[in-house]
Amino acid sequence: MALLSLEAVTRSVVLPDGDRLDILRGIDLAVDAGDHLSIVGRSGSGKSTLLNLLGLLDTPTSGRIVFDGRPLERLRGGRRDRTRGRDIGFVFQQFNLLPGRTALENAMTPLLYGRGRQFWRRERIARDMLERVGLGHRLHSTPDRLSGGEQQRVAIARALVRGPRLILADEPTGALDVDTGAAVMALLDEVANASDAALITITHDPNIAAMARRRYRLDGGVLSPLELLA
Amino acid sequence: MIGAFIEAWAEFRVHKARVLLSLLGVAIAVAALASVVGVGAVATQAQTEQLERGGGRPATLVLQPPWSADGAQLDPAKLAGAFAQVVERYSITYAGGVTWADTRLQYPDGAESVTLTAVDPAYGVMHRIQVEHGGWFTERDAQRIAPALVVSDAIWQRLGAPDLRTHPTVTMLGRQPTTGVIVGVLPPDPYGPNFQAYILNAGYAAIAPPPGSGMAATPMYEFWVPLDLADALTERIRADVASALGDGWMVDVTRQDYLAWGTSDPLEPIRLILLIIAGVILLLGALSLVNIAFVTVKQRVREIGIRRAFGATAGRVFLAVMLESVVATLLAGVVGVALAVILVQNEWIRSYIAPGLEDAVPFPAEAAFIGLGAAVGVGALAGLLPALVAVRVKVIDAIRY
Repeated sequence: MALLSLEAVTRSVVLPDGDRLDILRGIDLAVDAGDHLSIVGRSGSGKSTLLNLLGLLDTPTSGRIVFDGRPLERLRGGRRDRTRGRDIGFVFQQFNLLPGRTALENAMTPLLYGRGRQFWRRERIARDMLERVGLGHRLHSTPDRLSGGEQQRVAIARALVRGPRLILADEPTGALDVDTGAAVMALLDEVANASDAALITITHDPNIAAMARRRYRLDGGVLSPLELLA
Repeated sequence: MIGAFIEAWAEFRVHKARVLLSLLGVAIAVAALASVVGVGAVATQAQTEQLERGGGRPATLVLQPPWSADGAQLDPAKLAGAFAQVVERYSITYAGGVTWADTRLQYPDGAESVTLTAVDPAYGVMHRIQVEHGGWFTERDAQRIAPALVVSDAIWQRLGAPDLRTHPTVTMLGRQPTTGVIVGVLPPDPYGPNFQAYILNAGYAAIAPPPGSGMAATPMYEFWVPLDLADALTERIRADVASALGDGWMVDVTRQDYLAWGTSDPLEPIRLILLIIAGVILLLGALSLVNIAFVTVKQRVREIGIRRAFGATAGRVFLAVMLESVVATLLAGVVGVALAVILVQNEWIRSYIAPGLEDAVPFPAEAAFIGLGAAVGVGALAGLLPALVAVRVKVIDAIRY
């Protein structure tokens, strides 16, 4: 059984003039545990909307989304938020670290929404994760004192502290130079493999997309397999 | 809940300068509110003490001089006997006779009239008599050959403010000139010189007009009794005294302490006005807080989006934003209440709002609770709108904002 599956998913919005705009059309996608796939698309291709749906942040206009065997319509309100917090980790293009908080505090943030051991031992867990991504010496540095690569590593640590089963990376290297971007992607791939988490990378960079085992293109709201040129 | 509290505290810590500035108004408003309530309690205590100086402590019963329909003269000894029986029968600790008379005091440069009040030692406790120099009467003062006097500050000054350790004397020009020893001096009267003196009933007998002369005043008797027994004892004392005096005598026993007057609190209107002013200050503080919180939430849309992405439920975001506001205003409330305590407990300020306060009045707990409650209420009010905005944040849009 797939960890996440989208079956004939569409998403459309009604414009102020009453017209309907189809953003996503007939998306079919199945993601298994340990999968690493990339989705490439230009601006306006529907990447953000797809990310919303994959991250359980939005509901499709039609079609079906099933996460861990549970249809999305059965996950409502707080339950969906808790499932997202527990099972999905986000890595964003602009890192989106909380300003004024140290690397440790940022990494602890998702654990504030956890329960039991995750909540009460949040500092230990976050510290271990930061050490794992090579930032054990920058625990108490605030984002403004970290380089772009370090910030993204804090963001990766934050995405992983709750042991997610699905990692959604939205343009994770968009704000980094080529070398740092490659290093960050290697790290993401490594930690995803180590925890058997599925990794979906949404990017406009074909080189980053090429690092995934399965590659897709999103164009005009239609998702199709991407063949890389030799 | 604990997590939301931790989030709120972290937010306060990171943005403490902004939060503290926005809370200044709330702290001042809470200080004003708590001070008004606190000052009100102190002033009420001062007023209560003042009222008790006049009418006695609750419940003070007064046995008025009985009168006869046929105009017969009452035998003071018989009345005194009835009083003594009542005191003994009901084990009343504080009771005594009170007689007012005018007499003249001989000063080195002439004689002047004074109002003389003949009392028993218990009167001092019953009427909260404060003595500035020396002391109030004791039972031993009744044994003095020269009657003991407690005089007003005006008399004492008129005598040249003699040192009481030298046992200064003054001559009373009553039925026969009698020398009295001043054992105590009352505090200066705030309303101007007041020529008044207290003498013990035992000493007054020497200068009082002879019984049956037509000039003699019949004493009235006061009893300080437990409040819950006041009604029952009023009737019992009246019946007992009437029985002791025999047929034909009309006996009247009444309450004279302020609680029996049934009048409204004269400080209530002032307190109400001050409370309204403090309320307006608090409201203005709350409005500025709402404004700042609103702007802040708009600036924090991205952060809220991030938190939602990592599993914060809408309820949790609402609670965290609300708690941020409540935690902050609660702190402001604590500061405000602390300021109010410092203000209200300050001796110099107290000397203005409650001069001559006899009983120590702690800062009223209700003032602290009202202040903290108002602070929390303002925090909840100021946090509500921003919290509603926060839960409507669209996560991905917020993150890409």
